[in-house]
Amino acid sequence: MTITRNRSYISTRSLTKWLSTLAGIVIALAVLLPIVWMAFTAFKPEADIVTFPPTLWPRELTFEHFQEVWNRIPFAKLYLNTIIFAGSVTVISLLFDSMAAYALARLQFRGSNVVLVGILILLMLPFQVTLIPLYDMLNTVGLTNTLPGLIIPRMTNAFGIFFLRQFFLSLPKDLEEAARVDGASEWRIYARVIMPLAKPALLTLGLFHFQYNWNDLLWPLIMSADVSSATLPAGLALFMGQHVVEYGLLMAGSLLSLLPVVAFFLIIQRSFVAGIATTGLK
Amino acid sequence: MHPAKKRVSRKAITAWLFLAPSLLVLGGFTLYPMIQAAYLSLTDYNLIRAAKWVGLDNYAELFGDDAFWNAFGNTVLYAAVVTPATIVLALALALFLDRQFVGRAFVRTAIFLPFIVSLGIIAIAWAFLLDPNIGLVSYWLSQIGIVAEQGVLSDPRWAMPAVMFVGVWKNVGFYMVIYLAGLQSIPEELREAARLDGANAWQRFRNVTLPLLSNQTMLVSVMALIASLQAFDQIYVMTHGGPFFRTETLVMLIYREGFQELRFGYGAAISWVLLLFVLILSITQYGFFQRRQVKY
Repeated sequence: MTITRNRSYISTRSLTKWLSTLAGIVIALAVLLPIVWMAFTAFKPEADIVTFPPTLWPRELTFEHFQEVWNRIPFAKLYLNTIIFAGSVTVISLLFDSMAAYALARLQFRGSNVVLVGILILLMLPFQVTLIPLYDMLNTVGLTNTLPGLIIPRMTNAFGIFFLRQFFLSLPKDLEEAARVDGASEWRIYARVIMPLAKPALLTLGLFHFQYNWNDLLWPLIMSADVSSATLPAGLALFMGQHVVEYGLLMAGSLLSLLPVVAFFLIIQRSFVAGIATTGLK
Repeated sequence: MHPAKKRVSRKAITAWLFLAPSLLVLGGFTLYPMIQAAYLSLTDYNLIRAAKWVGLDNYAELFGDDAFWNAFGNTVLYAAVVTPATIVLALALALFLDRQFVGRAFVRTAIFLPFIVSLGIIAIAWAFLLDPNIGLVSYWLSQIGIVAEQGVLSDPRWAMPAVMFVGVWKNVGFYMVIYLAGLQSIPEELREAARLDGANAWQRFRNVTLPLLSNQTMLVSVMALIASLQAFDQIYVMTHGGPFFRTETLVMLIYREGFQELRFGYGAAISWVLLLFVLILSITQYGFFQRRQVKY
């Protein structure tokens, strides 16, 4: 009697588990549909793309769109611009954010509360409010349509400062005190004690900065009217506006442009989850 | 007394040196332009001629401008649907993915992935999927009887739901991760104790899990609301604000007036209205959650 009940308990449990797996996979595939579609379409010959009714699977595989994308769009230039833009913004703002966060979390000084409140207010403000004057300002000094013009206003970030401050607050004081007793300078403590301990938080924030800037559309769209400083989302969106029909080409270009961020995420995935769980996002 | 005081001030100097790069960049490229936007909003300015002071004319024009009220209404509608939908869905997915099952890690990654990829780029794939002639989703929709003849994105009834759907799709995974982190910080004993007291699954969720997630809910709702008030990318790529301005949000309007019509003063006035709107809503929301948190 007990055994039967026990058994049926186990089997309903494993049944629920299998149903969960099934439901999970259905949800995952539904969510991934546009990405999977993009990947398959990039390998379909043009005739296959415009056929009706449409099918998900390619009937034939071709690499022509991948070859074409380099010729038809200044793709290499867009790619390089995006790497320089997102890469340097990420590196510089991790440095500046962490320095500011160190001062706010670990150093006591008059006025720190005022600075913190100011940063929290900036966190809430929509950046679109700054667009017009910022464009005007950079236009006056001749920085529109240049990479520095794209990068400089993004060299620090209120969210990044707040995020790292929360993490730095959670670190124990002991190590730092020991270093201070040994006569280490604040700069040294920041660079040698705090930063190495902050690796998961820095990687998480690094992913945020990288994906945000790699993906950003509005800012590069406004700042870079010509291809010398345009980034991938803006370049491809503009191309879409001009040549709506060439989906094969667009899908190949889009697919290539998604790869770096996805790779970045998959590489740091473990630290990322740890970073979210241990930081102020609680 | 004197040496101690001197040490304190040296420490303060160090702190300000650490802050200097960030404060310079934030001051010069966020705070100053924001104030500058307030000034420009009181002028007539097109980048070529010098700014001409017009006082509150732009604001007066704004309140009589159908395009503004249309964009404002669309922004409110977008936020009113997308914000709660994203939060509820994120929580539901987090609860589901908190359970043990084979393939869980894959499903989590899959749902998070849209947050990582560019909406400006992936919206091209969405536009293609919804293409009236060769789009796969259009075809599927037509199979179940939903036919938008010019295509979903050109149909005034369907364009807004389509860009809303893509907005939810994009961000839900990120908020789900925040909820998952919250769920993992809830001690299992609490839910177990409720179970032993005879609470059913809904009661355990309502009285134990949900209150303990109130911090996450506050964070997620503030972030989701601000994000939906700033919707732009998928709208720009998928509909350009159309059809008949049905999907033109405030940020789309700032872009159109400012950078296409080159009416910088007018665009700046819209920006400031957006800014005040975001501030009022965020502060109200924060107050609401602060009051609720006291209860527990």
